Amino acid sequence: MTNHWRDIKNADVIFIAGANPAEAHPVGFQWFMRAKLDPTKGTGKGGGAKIIHVDPRFSRTSAVADHYLRTRTGTDVALFGGLMSYVLNNNKFHDEYVKNYTNASFLVSKDYSFHDGLFSGYDPKKRAYKTFAPPAKPPATADKSWGYQLDENGFAKRDNTLQDPQTVFQLLKKHYSRYTPEMVELITSIPKADFLKVAEIVGEMGRPDKVMTVVYAVGLTQHTTGTQMIRSAALLQLLLGNMGRPGGGMNAERGHANIQGNTDNAISWEILPGYLKVPLPGQKTTDDYVKASASKKLDPNSWNFFGLNYKKFLVSLLKTWYGDHATAANDFAFNYLPKPAGNASWMTIYDNALQGKMEGLMLSGMTASSIGPDSNQVMAALAKLKWLVVMDPFPTTSSEFWHGPGMTAASVQTEVFMLPATHWIEKDGSFVNSGRWMQWKDPVMPPQGQSRHDHWIIAELQHRVKALYQHQGGKFPDPILNLTMNYKDPIRPTLDEIAREVNGQDLKTGKQMVTFAKLADDGSTSSGNWIYVGSYTPKGNMAKRRMGVQDPKKNDPTGMGFYPQWAWSWPLNRRVLYNRASADLQGKPWDPKRPGIQWNGTTWVGDVPDYPPKMSPTDPAAWLPFIMNGEGVGRLFSNALLDGPIPEHYEPVESPVANALHATVSADPVAFLYDKAAKRENRFGTPDEYPIIATTYRLTEHEHYVTQQVPLLVQLQPEPFVEIPTGLGQEKGIKTGDMVRVHSKRGEIRVRAVVTNRVGQLTLGDKKVWQVGIPIHWGFVGIAADMHPEKSQYWLANALTPFVGDANSRTPEFKAFLVNIDKLPA
Amino acid sequence: MASTVSRQSFLKLTGIGVGALVFSELGFDMAKATAIKRELRIANATEAHSLCPYCAVGCSLVTYTRQNAATNGVDLLQIEGDPDSPINEGRLCPKGATALQLAVSPRRVEQPMYRAPGAATWSTMSWDDALGKIAQHIKDTRDRTFVAVDKKGNTVNRTDGMAFAGGATFSNEEGYLAAKVMRSLGTVFLEQQARV
Repeated sequence: MTNHWRDIKNADVIFIAGANPAEAHPVGFQWFMRAKLDPTKGTGKGGGAKIIHVDPRFSRTSAVADHYLRTRTGTDVALFGGLMSYVLNNNKFHDEYVKNYTNASFLVSKDYSFHDGLFSGYDPKKRAYKTFAPPAKPPATADKSWGYQLDENGFAKRDNTLQDPQTVFQLLKKHYSRYTPEMVELITSIPKADFLKVAEIVGEMGRPDKVMTVVYAVGLTQHTTGTQMIRSAALLQLLLGNMGRPGGGMNAERGHANIQGNTDNAISWEILPGYLKVPLPGQKTTDDYVKASASKKLDPNSWNFFGLNYKKFLVSLLKTWYGDHATAANDFAFNYLPKPAGNASWMTIYDNALQGKMEGLMLSGMTASSIGPDSNQVMAALAKLKWLVVMDPFPTTSSEFWHGPGMTAASVQTEVFMLPATHWIEKDGSFVNSGRWMQWKDPVMPPQGQSRHDHWIIAELQHRVKALYQHQGGKFPDPILNLTMNYKDPIRPTLDEIAREVNGQDLKTGKQMVTFAKLADDGSTSSGNWIYVGSYTPKGNMAKRRMGVQDPKKNDPTGMGFYPQWAWSWPLNRRVLYNRASADLQGKPWDPKRPGIQWNGTTWVGDVPDYPPKMSPTDPAAWLPFIMNGEGVGRLFSNALLDGPIPEHYEPVESPVANALHATVSADPVAFLYDKAAKRENRFGTPDEYPIIATTYRLTEHEHYVTQQVPLLVQLQPEPFVEIPTGLGQEKGIKTGDMVRVHSKRGEIRVRAVVTNRVGQLTLGDKKVWQVGIPIHWGFVGIAADMHPEKSQYWLANALTPFVGDANSRTPEFKAFLVNIDKLPA
Repeated sequence: MASTVSRQSFLKLTGIGVGALVFSELGFDMAKATAIKRELRIANATEAHSLCPYCAVGCSLVTYTRQNAATNGVDLLQIEGDPDSPINEGRLCPKGATALQLAVSPRRVEQPMYRAPGAATWSTMSWDDALGKIAQHIKDTRDRTFVAVDKKGNTVNRTDGMAFAGGATFSNEEGYLAAKVMRSLGTVFLEQQARV
């Protein structure tokens, strides 16, 4: 989240898309209801915040929403594009904000174009665009058409009147002119009148004294156009002037206790801690790496803070990992860092295993078989591994895959190790929530049985592998032998020691660092993750602080819900990111009733400023508000993504209709087709065989798959089901409780039908299509599976989903695919 | 006992700090009953602060444990929401509220288990054996699939044949260590729930 949970109570309008917070984040949802019950919030003169809910299913969130729009899964770019079109055509955008805080005035290359679903620079053989994001060294065939027109200093040219047809503003307006209310209805199935009612509300949120928040979850991310869906909502928020403001922002409701923290710590192939890019082949030195990875200053008033300090963050990381073995003389051991050949994400792991290229896999608190996608294909991949290690407190569908559905144990040669890991409650350490708040927990219980802490398992494995290299020799052991593991007990490090390491030290004094602004690139500082500097200072572990609602007057002096001394948020305990944009050019809050930060004549006050605290807003050299990127402003147009500088609607890979905007380029032209590339059989179904649109979703009582081990929760939600529309039930003679077979080109489930009006029929032009919903939580392991060993062989929801992912992130398209449904004999 | 007390007023009556008025309405001294109940349930309990292990709202928990002389262990008596948290203000959803059953469970794996190639069942294994075998696997796989210099002559120092996935359910500090150690082994296939 750019903002945080409690901040949602500050909003006038809460726009929820691709999420069901009343059911998936129920306790967080209290902040939505507080806004709704607050008469000072809302449209017009107030009366309570308005909740808008866009979702394929009518859920408990919809039940308390002021406007519910049933939408076709996978069409959110069309909806947000339509809203942008409305806002631009009716002059509802926040004029001063757009002119000064976004790149609306920047001039784009004259070679940029968009025709019939393709942007300039597309290579159909490679299924990729040839554009590049400066300052990476461009290959000879690179296409610069997604770049800005630059002046002699390398800064982007601008037209501050926004009239030049090559301004981002005019290009955006032209791009979304096709997204009329009629087109939105044709693509999404949302009736034009309903869309316009919501557009009117959204348009009002462009007023400086109004603010809207956008809340989303995996309903937006789990698509082949997921990145662009989220981006299209962010663009709308930039046009309305809602980024950087309390009650505003883009707020992802993440799904796990520490998914945020471990994203920050870069358990992701393409990043290093703190969102540094992973080094790539061809980058011989830290300077090569920084040149290719760091953003370049594109405006004289752009601080370009991240780009400017990139090397300092990388060197401080290398000093943490390699200590005295990382010096200026060896370029800080830069070449110890492994450089991936190409994409190395989740699906690529299983794709490689299917091709016999993956020998071993370690799964920690995560189960591949249940997650899939295309669970049958993933289990086939596990069966091709030499070895599999599962670290988990409970058995999982991965530890047990070798006797799971479709498996013959005697034919599965995979060696499997099940290591019982401890539970969260048996150790201390921090979890970081969706709002970036890092909270520390006490160790409450001793480990059950012989279970062992994950960090002790990993530390001991490191220790043993190191000893093997010392005794047996082997391939390039240096990065292993020289790894810093300076804990009192190197095979039993404490989480306190690691927390201190992540924060970092001034290596000259040995003192904990207080701010990342003081990190250096000369080897004199260390930090395991620059965004966490300040979390563990000489004053102690800031994540342990507990100045909460026991005394609201004292602990939340601004009344904005910041609670600055409860735990700690990154970066530097800032609660709302980009908060310079919450004030105008003079430093006055756009909305004095909801100040983020404001200039008091000598300093910025309020939230921790995302800006130099003493920089005067009226100084002609004052930095632009979006200090982390090269432009210094919000990017309505950006060349940083692989499938387009402006979000465009593309159909899910499995879809019952052709793209109404351009039938010849229906689905995302960049989404990587794994099976095709590996020359495996096609696993995509056609609408003739599979005419029903399916989406997957989550229930309150279950968390992925682990809750299948919790008796009370299994009692509340005992067995899997599929929600089907009343009309479809009538058509197929299916009543609630009947067993049905839901199948896709890839697999099937056999579950109970729930016939309901919560899901429905979509009208897409002259076509009528059914849309159904499938909860994900069941499989062949758990209490219910033990009770139904045969039935549970057909409970994996992800046996249905397609093995294809987002063009940029390769997040699987779990949320939109095609199925058919048959009633099973009684 | 026939009662004319409505649900609303009953809940008010069972609040803490209610005085002698309570007696006549219900027919017995609620305050004394509450005190006795509280005394038994969390007597000599250690209070600690934890966090919910489920979603990313980050609800704070208060936990109550007590030493059990008979088993020489620790009993987890209760998990509830922490009223001081500006995030959940003492509230929990069904998952957090039943987290005790996740924490203490007869369904947990008690010791390391091993499944040999082609085997139909699990067998037990000691930690020492399991970690020893796994460490040798890591080394052998790394040695077999390590690429020091790629076909274009670039120094890459990566291990192509090994992957690590997981982390959304363990702490920052554990996750940081996992990523650090895995990258030091040359691992490039490093993923967690954020991707999916």
